[in-house]
Amino acid sequence: MTRVLMKGNEAIAEAAIRAGCLHFFGYPITPQNEIPEYFSRRLPQVGGEYVQTESEVATSNMIFGAAGVGVRVMTSSSSPGISLMSEGISYLAGADLPVVIVNMMRAGPGLAGILPSQSDYAHATRGTAHGDFELTVLAPSSVQEAVDLTILSFQIAERYRVPVMLLGDGMIGQMMEPVEFPELEVGPPLAADDWALTGCRGREPRLVSSLYLDPVELNDKNYERYRRYALIRDKETRFDTYNCDGPYDVLLTAFGVMARVCMSAIDELAKEGIRVGLFRPITLNPFPEDACRSAIARAKRVLDVEMNMGQMLVDIRLAARGSHDIDFIGKCGGLTPSVEDVVERVRVHLAAIRAEER
Amino acid sequence: MQKIFSHPCSMIEDPLHYCPGCTHGIIHRLVAESIDELGIRERAVGVSSVGCSVCTYKYFRCDMFQASHGRAPAVATGAKRCRPELILFCYQGDGDLAAIGTSEIIHAANRGEKITCIFANNAVYGMTGGQMAPTTIPGQRTSTTPAGRRVSQDGFPLPMAEMLASLRTPGYVARVSMHAPSEIIRAKEIVRRAFLHQVEDRCFSFVECLSTCPTNWGLSPAESLKWIEREMLPYYPLGELKVPDGKTGDEDEHN
Amino acid sequence: MPAIRVAGDKCKGCELCCVACPQKIIALSDEINTQGFRYARVVDAPRCIGCGLCAISCPDLAIEVYAEGTVYQFYSYH
Repeated sequence: MTRVLMKGNEAIAEAAIRAGCLHFFGYPITPQNEIPEYFSRRLPQVGGEYVQTESEVATSNMIFGAAGVGVRVMTSSSSPGISLMSEGISYLAGADLPVVIVNMMRAGPGLAGILPSQSDYAHATRGTAHGDFELTVLAPSSVQEAVDLTILSFQIAERYRVPVMLLGDGMIGQMMEPVEFPELEVGPPLAADDWALTGCRGREPRLVSSLYLDPVELNDKNYERYRRYALIRDKETRFDTYNCDGPYDVLLTAFGVMARVCMSAIDELAKEGIRVGLFRPITLNPFPEDACRSAIARAKRVLDVEMNMGQMLVDIRLAARGSHDIDFIGKCGGLTPSVEDVVERVRVHLAAIRAEER
Repeated sequence: MQKIFSHPCSMIEDPLHYCPGCTHGIIHRLVAESIDELGIRERAVGVSSVGCSVCTYKYFRCDMFQASHGRAPAVATGAKRCRPELILFCYQGDGDLAAIGTSEIIHAANRGEKITCIFANNAVYGMTGGQMAPTTIPGQRTSTTPAGRRVSQDGFPLPMAEMLASLRTPGYVARVSMHAPSEIIRAKEIVRRAFLHQVEDRCFSFVECLSTCPTNWGLSPAESLKWIEREMLPYYPLGELKVPDGKTGDEDEHN
Repeated sequence: MPAIRVAGDKCKGCELCCVACPQKIIALSDEINTQGFRYARVVDAPRCIGCGLCAISCPDLAIEVYAEGTVYQFYSYH
């Protein structure tokens, strides 16, 4: 296994190809442009095809068509583009089509900015589009993890026939880090032989659709889908902790690259014997609620750190079930809370803890 | 006695849901007959759109997609690019294709996607109760132009076939009508050519079919045929607007 | 002698076949079918020439055409 220094966007594209994704439909938007560019160079070399679309709206429908004929497919975009894809994602969920969608987040709302952000957390995990459905969302905090989660995204998408989103906070796509690509024996294209539209030779014609005019049928279909979401919750929920083996006074919660800023802050405070832990959800949906609650329970104070106005904060509060007041540090617009910001706020909490102990 | 006209096998036998006299049913039949004659039912994949023809997927005996409003050409693009051996056709109405879906149809045509698009133009949004569509005729009363379409407010009818024929990449663009048996016979041949165009692996074929909407036009089925002839033909001339002229220099090598 | 057969229950009484028939031998019956429409039927069978224009004009695929001997073939049917 050779380690390669690679830009996040390109590493994600290469990981997808290694996972057997030979078809990509995409539209240019900063900060993910290297993904379509990489695919447009590489796919012809591996017998695949890159299609540049006329809009993200068209993109979300093209991957509907591609997945519908049982082919592994992916797209990527950034915040405003993902908003345009929202309707398509609802249709993909409603037609039970496995696809992978990368969102390299940038500052919002509106045209806003092109610098990194985490302000699509709520859109990805809760309010993506109309109708009852869940979008499985994975958030890497390093380029290597982005590679691993890209491969995992395809596996989850196909195992449960759901759309999966890889949610990067802009930096993941733009920074370069050494990565290793696992040796993957790529199975047959997406195991879809019992539902994909491949031409009705020797079988009854099939339908790929999200239209259910009969309410009973649609209600049953949604319930069946939510049983699959429950399976994903049981089997695919992932999180990471840092410095939580021993006791800690303050727990930091963060995802994506923000978690690494928190780790630096924890290391710095540890030099002074200050015990701070980190809880990092990797699957933002399904959210690791139980693990989060038990991590919170062991802390005296909890501080959530994000590059938005407080979106994962809601899930942290839900997980805490009122046991703690969840403090929050947030910057947006392309700004990033710094190690100093985190260290300074932890000191405020420590002072409060000591005051309570006296 | 020999049966000389019967139900195409690419269509199911059940009754259609369309209103009495609505010629969607005829367009469906022409598509099904073309698929039968070209022997491509077993590799045909249709994409039905949103509008009166949303239930198209129920009527064709081949694999079908149900696309979101206006996006059928994009769904067909995705499918065809990934399984080029399939024969992809879209079936859309004028609200679906000429309004919300203009971007998708123009770019699918301009990229030269090897798909066949069947476009039923009945000058209104039928399913939702007869509102004005981009193809509504000036002066035509609809549920959203009670005083008739005013060019000053709502512009002129959108000529989709001419627009697509003006692009260099599409190979076959035609407009036909359902308003008389002779026209239906001619339309049948043109629809078959459009599908043959794709079978021969050529870029993008498109057939606009003038169709009736007796219910929302407030006319009898027979009067509706006359209405097409009198009101629609001036804005929507019939014929093959673009045909493949074979090898015409290198840039057309994929045409 | 050519003839047509109308699938009574598929007919919606739109009369497009009546308009299209050059012999003017198709009309709506007084009875209604299961869909609640007066359905089309031939009123003067011997005068049918088997041209098929009725079937070609039917939006509901309700008409089949039978003929023998010389058959009109301007419509490339199987």
